[in-house]
Amino acid sequence: MEYLNIVFQEVYKILFLLVPVLVSVAMIVWLDRRVWAFVQKRQGPNVVGPFGLLQSLADALKYIFKEIIIPSSSNKVIFILAPIVTMTLALIAWAVIPFSSTQVLADINVGILYLFAVSSLGVYGIIMGGWASNSKYPFLGAIRSAAQMVSYEVSIGVIIINVLLCVGSLNLNDIVIAQQNMWFVIPLFPMFVIFFISALAETNRPPFDLPEAEAELVAGYQTEYSGMMYAMFWLGEYANILLMCAMGAILFLGGWMSPIDVYPFTLVPGAIWLILKILLLFILFALVKAIVPRYRYDQLMRLGWKVFLPLSLTWVVLTASYLFYFNLLPVN
Amino acid sequence: MIVHAIFFYTFSIIAVVSAIMVTASKNTVHSVFFLILDFISISCLFIMIGAEFLGMIMLIVYVGAVAVLFLFVVMMLNVAQQKNQWFAGEQSSRHIPVGLIISTLIFFEIIIVIGGWKYKPEIFDINNSLANTNVSNTHSLGQILYTDFIHVFQISGMILLVAMVGAIVLTFRQRSGLKRQSYIKQISRERAEGVEVLEVHSNKGVKIDD
Repeated sequence: MEYLNIVFQEVYKILFLLVPVLVSVAMIVWLDRRVWAFVQKRQGPNVVGPFGLLQSLADALKYIFKEIIIPSSSNKVIFILAPIVTMTLALIAWAVIPFSSTQVLADINVGILYLFAVSSLGVYGIIMGGWASNSKYPFLGAIRSAAQMVSYEVSIGVIIINVLLCVGSLNLNDIVIAQQNMWFVIPLFPMFVIFFISALAETNRPPFDLPEAEAELVAGYQTEYSGMMYAMFWLGEYANILLMCAMGAILFLGGWMSPIDVYPFTLVPGAIWLILKILLLFILFALVKAIVPRYRYDQLMRLGWKVFLPLSLTWVVLTASYLFYFNLLPVN
Repeated sequence: MIVHAIFFYTFSIIAVVSAIMVTASKNTVHSVFFLILDFISISCLFIMIGAEFLGMIMLIVYVGAVAVLFLFVVMMLNVAQQKNQWFAGEQSSRHIPVGLIISTLIFFEIIIVIGGWKYKPEIFDINNSLANTNVSNTHSLGQILYTDFIHVFQISGMILLVAMVGAIVLTFRQRSGLKRQSYIKQISRERAEGVEVLEVHSNKGVKIDD
């Protein structure tokens, strides 16, 4: 009986985390479209509800009532599994995100590795969807995304090593607390820029949205999907984007800590600061989508392997030698 | 303890069954997916014995990178067709002895390791500091790898690097007639080089090539 109690408590905790995440994913889609429209001097979605806030809800309703079409020559099991995998992976990663020093679902030792692992697994949803559709455009999209995500993971991994050198721990709360005196965005600013661009590529956002480049590939790996399954891909994608923003906020912008450590700011709960930082990063994501044209595939690969990888590796050497010679290495 | 056992048996049964399915399933892509499932359940087992660093690295390296490339290759090749040719022709019988030799070798290796572990445990008892539970296993791994075993560690890194360079050199082909984009050349182009004003005489035209 006691065991069941613990299980129920955990389930409540998970629901308290996941429901806000899902709602904010819907809101963030609206924000994305509004920012996009704002840059292009349009109105964007403004009809459903106040300021069009309920637009995503209306879209979701539309997707739910549409028929799910499964192509007859597709591999049915994998075809259905693909959106589920995308969605699940985007959501389980939120388990380790700390909203304050105590408000975290699972405060594990290797939190940052867990985040990195889950975000690198995200490619499977796309590959499975693309392959199982048994059609040319989805397959090309899936292959492109596999190459793209594997390439940019490498630079994200090296950037994480940079931050870890300054922290001396893999725990996400320790990473936040290590930024008490100075956010890592100041000493590691070039790494922050590279992290931001790599996060764009990792989440298949424009200007790196080659897996679903509509001009060449119709809709890439999503071409054969419809109804709720398409919506799940879409939700998973945006949950992943939010996750990447959260990762950037934790690694570089001081996570749940207030920007200035003085009285009125410290009253605000950590969760609010984290959400504000995530929103700031997300608005940057949305602005990039509106401003920058899409990359060509070889340019994308060149940027990942020939520019970002050497740059971030050099920065690892620089950081390590700086910390070593000035005796700043975090030893415990 | 019971919960622990339930989780252990769940993960290990999934691992064993999916390992069998890797070889048993007809569709090559399916067998790669089973391989991924196998990796994931093995890393869950690693986490269960408290080796969370190894488990996560397993996920990142094998599932996040190696298996993606496997899938990539398997999807690109037309394996189904090739397999039919293999099993239909006499070629397939040539591969059986090689496979048999390798599998017997692996079998004896495992027997030697397990036998040594069981009857001479002091050989494998390298360092007692690993048993120190106050340090997280990331720290203790680092402390051992970068002190006692630094040379072995560096040499294995070098071997991997050499293997990587070798693989690239072996598959590298210099193709002729390839147009490469040079960003510096494009950006530093002046108007004078790109544009030329010509007087065009009627019925003669201009030569635009070269």
